[in-house]
Amino acid sequence: MGVEQKVLGNRLVNTPQRSRRTSGFIAPHLDWVTVLLYFLLVALGWMNIYAAVYSPENVINIFSMDINSGKQLAWIGASFLLILVLLVVDYKIYEHLAYPIYGFIILLLLVTLVVAKPIAGSRSWLDLGAGIRLQPAELAKFATALAASRFLGSINLRQQNFKDQMILAAITFVPPLIIVLQNETGSALVFGAFILAYFREGMSPLILIIGGSAAAIFILTLLVPKLYLIVGITVLMALATWLDYRLLRRFKVMIGLWLVVVGMVFSVDFFVNDVLQPHQQNRIKALINPEADPLGYGWNVTQSKIAIGSGGLWGKGFLNGTQTKFDFVPEQSTDFIFCTIGEEHGWIGSTVLIGLFMALLIRLVSIAERQKSVFARTYGYCVASIIFFHFLVNVGMTIGLAPVVGIPLPFFSYGGSSLWSFTILLFILLAIDANRAKDLAR
Amino acid sequence: MKYLENRKYIIQGIFLLVGFVFASRLFYIQVVDSSYKQAAETNAIKPVIQYPFRGLIYDRNGKLLVQNTPVYDLMVVPKDIKNLDTLRLAELVKLPVEDVRERLKKARAYSYVQPSPFYQKLSTQEFAYIQNNLIDFPGFYINARTARGYPHQSLAHALGYIAEISPKQLEDSTYRGYRPGDYIGKSGIELEYEKYLMGQRGVKYKMVNVRGVEKGSFRDGAFDTLAVAGENLVSTIDLDLQAYGEFLMNGAKGSVVAIEPATGEVLAYVSAPFYDPNLFTGKDYGKNYMALLSDSNKTMFNRPIMASSNPPGSIFKLAQALVALQDGVITPNTGFPCNQSLVKCSHAHLAPTNLSIAIQTSCNPYFYQVFRADINRGKSKNTFTDTALGLAEWREKITSFGFGTKLGIDLPNEKQGIIASPEMYNKVYGENRWKFSTIYSVSIGQGELGVTPLQMANFMATIANRGYYVTPHIVRSIGEDGKPLPEYQKRHYTSIDSKHFEPVIDGMAAVVESGTGRNANLSKLGIAVCGKTGTAENPQGKDHAVFVAFAPKDNPKIAIAVYVENAGFGAQSAAPIAGLMIEKYLTDSVSRKPMEKWVLSRKYLEID
Repeated sequence: MGVEQKVLGNRLVNTPQRSRRTSGFIAPHLDWVTVLLYFLLVALGWMNIYAAVYSPENVINIFSMDINSGKQLAWIGASFLLILVLLVVDYKIYEHLAYPIYGFIILLLLVTLVVAKPIAGSRSWLDLGAGIRLQPAELAKFATALAASRFLGSINLRQQNFKDQMILAAITFVPPLIIVLQNETGSALVFGAFILAYFREGMSPLILIIGGSAAAIFILTLLVPKLYLIVGITVLMALATWLDYRLLRRFKVMIGLWLVVVGMVFSVDFFVNDVLQPHQQNRIKALINPEADPLGYGWNVTQSKIAIGSGGLWGKGFLNGTQTKFDFVPEQSTDFIFCTIGEEHGWIGSTVLIGLFMALLIRLVSIAERQKSVFARTYGYCVASIIFFHFLVNVGMTIGLAPVVGIPLPFFSYGGSSLWSFTILLFILLAIDANRAKDLAR
Repeated sequence: MKYLENRKYIIQGIFLLVGFVFASRLFYIQVVDSSYKQAAETNAIKPVIQYPFRGLIYDRNGKLLVQNTPVYDLMVVPKDIKNLDTLRLAELVKLPVEDVRERLKKARAYSYVQPSPFYQKLSTQEFAYIQNNLIDFPGFYINARTARGYPHQSLAHALGYIAEISPKQLEDSTYRGYRPGDYIGKSGIELEYEKYLMGQRGVKYKMVNVRGVEKGSFRDGAFDTLAVAGENLVSTIDLDLQAYGEFLMNGAKGSVVAIEPATGEVLAYVSAPFYDPNLFTGKDYGKNYMALLSDSNKTMFNRPIMASSNPPGSIFKLAQALVALQDGVITPNTGFPCNQSLVKCSHAHLAPTNLSIAIQTSCNPYFYQVFRADINRGKSKNTFTDTALGLAEWREKITSFGFGTKLGIDLPNEKQGIIASPEMYNKVYGENRWKFSTIYSVSIGQGELGVTPLQMANFMATIANRGYYVTPHIVRSIGEDGKPLPEYQKRHYTSIDSKHFEPVIDGMAAVVESGTGRNANLSKLGIAVCGKTGTAENPQGKDHAVFVAFAPKDNPKIAIAVYVENAGFGAQSAAPIAGLMIEKYLTDSVSRKPMEKWVLSRKYLEID
């Protein structure tokens, strides 16, 4: 039965008749839960963008194109068109064209690097004329996700070899490398999120653990005196050895590990002071102790926390915030949009928003899991990981749990590039998902 | 590959863990930690004070004493300045160019975006001229506010003045709620009645952006309060009488205090030399203030309540007589010989065969003997102890007239004066080391005595009332149909029975009728004036002239004390002034023009 369908599918896929049926009406198969979550986030984002730019002494209509909310509405409208296109287009095209799209985006990134005029020190915006600008770094996310998924789908996952791993690493890390050169370090960091998707497809958990431990040691070194940290690590390792005597047999490995950790602790200072650029150093310092310079590098974090913290349990009410307006919080409608929710809708509103994101992420994982192809599943996990990473860093920085990195809150922050890139990212997955019945496990 | 599928739980677990950590962190900063709310308020909400209209002050007949006049400040917002022609601006405000630059620098240092005063207190003419040209100076505008103004030149010492609150006052908790730059009463009625005059400030809560620029009202003004205008005050002063008193005292140093005996209302309050209260309202306030402060005639010295070290002289004999009558050591008919070996008596006069004659003639030996009889009553065999006992008892009765204590007038900085006491002599001579011969000069109003002109006038009111006084006060009504403060509505009885006053009053009538106070005689107008002259010895220079009086004798309407420094005999210098004042108040006119002319011809001021 299964074999028959597979044969049938493979044979018919190239005929025009079959192709028309594939691109037909897919609404009944669309995952409406995700669509609903998408619309909720976009609509709430739009309202909060209005609240962020709202000025009580000069009230401008929410639809006015003079302010961000009006423009965002135009982006939203364009997104809906984009969604229609994405859903109508033959879903197979994404897998087939994954590499060409990826290649095109790499090219676009390089072109941008060469021709872009610096905006706030970053060479990431491509001026398309007529006042429209595009940030290819945003599009690089879905392109890389497609390419990486295609690649994983095309190799034998059981027999991983070094060459495959290197190719995958290259696919994943070439775009962020160019993006770093464009001076958009924040956007580049997002590509680290792919590790979660690869982990699901069989990547050794050691990479996750080592990555997590390295980040933990980095943060702890900044917060805890070095001596305490080293004593603590030594005691922990001794304790582990005492609990499991087998570790003694790997004594040399343990010593080596200890040396690596201690080396890391001492190299953090070097990394922060000599490798990072001054503004990046300040973001690290602001994370550790924003009160040390509340008017300087600590300003963003301090003001953002004040805005959110002053919201209380229920918030000040829609348009009644004082901190998020009047320029106390910078980038109110873009990177620090979460402050508006925190201030005007309080803990309840913030938690509802977090809940919406949680629901979306969990839903995305279950969508990914129900895909029959490795390509589709990997892509699903990539989508979830990218959205998760943005959520983690964006919300984390506004409440002082992550350094200030200029990346937007998905579907929420003002900006066409960001909204479109997340819309494309999400609806490619929904398009594939809606057609999954036609696709057969390979 | 089934084992890999389980990794979805790990991934979902990571998602949920982050969501949980974020929600917890948010709960902490939003609900648990309240410090962020305060920080937000100091950040974005600026209270803007709404200044109330300061209360006006009227005289007892409804004439305006203190009003509010508009003044104009030239303000500047440095951010809005465009193509500034400094030279033209300097020309416009008539200031040197360097000064203009300095002021601009100061304004910029204060704030780039917020307005600050560039040039304060423009006159109406300057205002009109500058306003017409201001169109060429973007960033500058005129701010109108009110300052105190006076439609007359009188009563400066009692009215006091307002000025910017001092840094010291700002630290004082009594002035909580005042801000730097606020105007506050600094002396006189303005200070004493500050809390009534200032009214209630209103507050408008404005939202401000990160640069301090206003961005509309907070919560549509739900927490805003309106300013409530200050209470108007009605003074007890009769502006015409006051002005006349100043007219007479022009060129002299001293005080004139007139009181309505029945109510304790101060009718006139002259401290000479005086100054025009308008001097303290304009641009030159600081300059004028310093000039007056360093003036050798001590113009700023509020003499009626602060000149407390001057001995009262012979007028004190009235008090001696009253105490002695109460103590029963004399009767109205007691006579003493005018024995000049005890104490000098300056003038040849009738033999003091009774109290009235003694008062009329101001006989020094008589009152020496009265005081001795009063002090040494043989209550102790030891003459030293006896004197101390007698003096203590005497002092108690004397102070019941308000001598030696602050009367409690509604003006700041009142002094209490000095009344001889056993403690005082003990300190100087030692206990039991002094007796009557040490203290005898007190009997005639010299020695260890200091009485303020206000206390003298109050003393007259007490005699006019035959035994009580109402604390003198200068404000009779607070607000619409108001009353004076409660402490000015009750009588203070002296320890002297009212029957003892008549013989003393008879003596005082005789003083004016045919004694030393004849210059205050108004019998031609049918007004019986009762008075007493005095000459206070002044070791530093010419004696001070004193005259106290009340009139009419029956149902008195005015009690007055005139104290002219360095003017010699009270009969010559002080009595005419008192007479003219009484006439002016009771008849509303002055018939004795030659007397007025004579008073005006006398100058006692030190010429600088």
